[in-house]
Amino acid sequence: MKVDQISIFLENRAGRLGEVTRVLAESGVNIRALSLADTSDFGILRLIVSDFDKAKAVLKENGFTVGRTTVVAVEVPDTPGGLHSILGMLSENSVNVEYMYAFVQQSGKNAIMIFRFDRTDQAIKLLSEADFTIVPGAELYKM
Amino acid sequence: MIYDVEHETLPREDLEKLQLTRLKSLVERVYHNVPFYKKKLNEMGILPSDVKSLDDLKNLPFTEKQDLRDNYPFGMFAVPKENVVRIHASSGTTGKATVVGYTKRDIKNWAGLMARSFMSAGASSLDTVHNAYGYGLFTGGLGVHYGAEELGATIVPISGGGTRRQVLLLRDFAPSVICCTPSYMLVLIEAAEAAGIDFKSLPLRVGIFGAEPWSEEMKRDIEKRAGITTIDIYGLSEIMGPGVGIGCHEAQDGLHIFEDHFLPEIIDPETGEVLPPGEKGELVITTLTKEAQPLIRYRTRDITRLNYVPCKCGRTHVRMERVTGRSDDMLIIRGVNVFPSQIESILLETEGTAPHYQLIIERHGNMDTMEVRVEVDERFFSDEIKAMQAVEKKIQRNIKEFLGVTTKVTLVEPMGIERSVGKAQRIIDKREIK
Repeated sequence: MKVDQISIFLENRAGRLGEVTRVLAESGVNIRALSLADTSDFGILRLIVSDFDKAKAVLKENGFTVGRTTVVAVEVPDTPGGLHSILGMLSENSVNVEYMYAFVQQSGKNAIMIFRFDRTDQAIKLLSEADFTIVPGAELYKM
Repeated sequence: MIYDVEHETLPREDLEKLQLTRLKSLVERVYHNVPFYKKKLNEMGILPSDVKSLDDLKNLPFTEKQDLRDNYPFGMFAVPKENVVRIHASSGTTGKATVVGYTKRDIKNWAGLMARSFMSAGASSLDTVHNAYGYGLFTGGLGVHYGAEELGATIVPISGGGTRRQVLLLRDFAPSVICCTPSYMLVLIEAAEAAGIDFKSLPLRVGIFGAEPWSEEMKRDIEKRAGITTIDIYGLSEIMGPGVGIGCHEAQDGLHIFEDHFLPEIIDPETGEVLPPGEKGELVITTLTKEAQPLIRYRTRDITRLNYVPCKCGRTHVRMERVTGRSDDMLIIRGVNVFPSQIESILLETEGTAPHYQLIIERHGNMDTMEVRVEVDERFFSDEIKAMQAVEKKIQRNIKEFLGVTTKVTLVEPMGIERSVGKAQRIIDKREIK
């Protein structure tokens, strides 16, 4: 049910992001979704990729600090209040969202959101019980 | 317990008599056997017979690390090569290696001094010693080894590295004493935690740590997490190796320098002048008994102070403060003395790992600023901005707290800090001193 997200530490200077995309492109890794968080000094790039292990290996080879984070991909009903139905339920159960971003999908009725929760396992349990659709990593990587 | 009661508790007057006898013999020996010293003393117009009191020591020339390099490899030996039974050397990463030779008697003396050190740390022949100092040209491993054997303790010569195995042997062999660098002790503690082994449940009682500067905070942290008493040990290969000085478990207030073998002075590193007792400055050591490679007034570059107040442990030998920095890398930031090694200790304490770092000093108007650039290590990298910013803030807070200097802390990518000959360049001082 979980999704492996790769996180990369980036200094805030020209060309660093491009360096990541170059390394991934050259090794044939496809970027499925991304989020970039930044401060004045540094940024953290978070990626869902077609091949986590390969991406991690080539990025490390190229001197990047990378980490693995477990995130959850949830289908969000494409209606008013769709996202709120998820967040409301989780907050009632005291699960905190550390951050979230959208997964780009070419087709399909629902949007997919990537969530980083403070308590991943509990969040998965709650979401499943409430009949939300969780997209497994294996499916997501080749979507 | 005192290993060598006769020498370690000599009344100062008798100690000084012994030192003077040995000093005279030393100057005699180096004058006649080491061309480097003969030349130096001749140039200064000093004859061995001019040394009449300990006070005359201050007229003798200093010996610097560069002198050892200039005379590489065996030019400083005072005995024929066939009398040298062992050679140690520093790594030489910042220049030519510095070589040290030992005669049979030097090795015996060293073992005796290390046996004294163990007993001073509260160990005895009943103890098992886990020795994680590196064996080889580095003096740490073999110095500790011979000393523990001289004492009659059981030694586990594991040397450095192989951390997971070290942890298992700490559990299985149940040593009561451990010897390593303080930062490696932290690595061991973490590895044990990861393996589900609680250090506090082990019979380990005493840690003898040295070979790098470390702070009081790090000492307390290790004591708390490992449930042991930590004892500082001091030494340097040029003088002998570990066992030049050591803390005592009775007082745990400074390191006794074994003054019957090593004559210490504190000098002003700028002027070379001898400072009065109690003043902080650079430690200078004269080896009183070394045969193979005796040194006169060797400048250690280590910053400390000497305390001649008698210790409650009964040893009469002077005590030195734990080394907090070195005279060759001291920075003055807004009037505060800062040593890169102090920053390193703080980083070690903050993250428990040994990150690469760099200090950038600038002057804006009349104001000095210091930026600490720290390479992000996978062990503390997080995908959350707030966690990374918390690391920055924590480092900044600790530097402020320990050194009283406000710094900017910047996290940089690995290898973001230039390395010259494999070692990080620690300081970039952009100030123009007018």
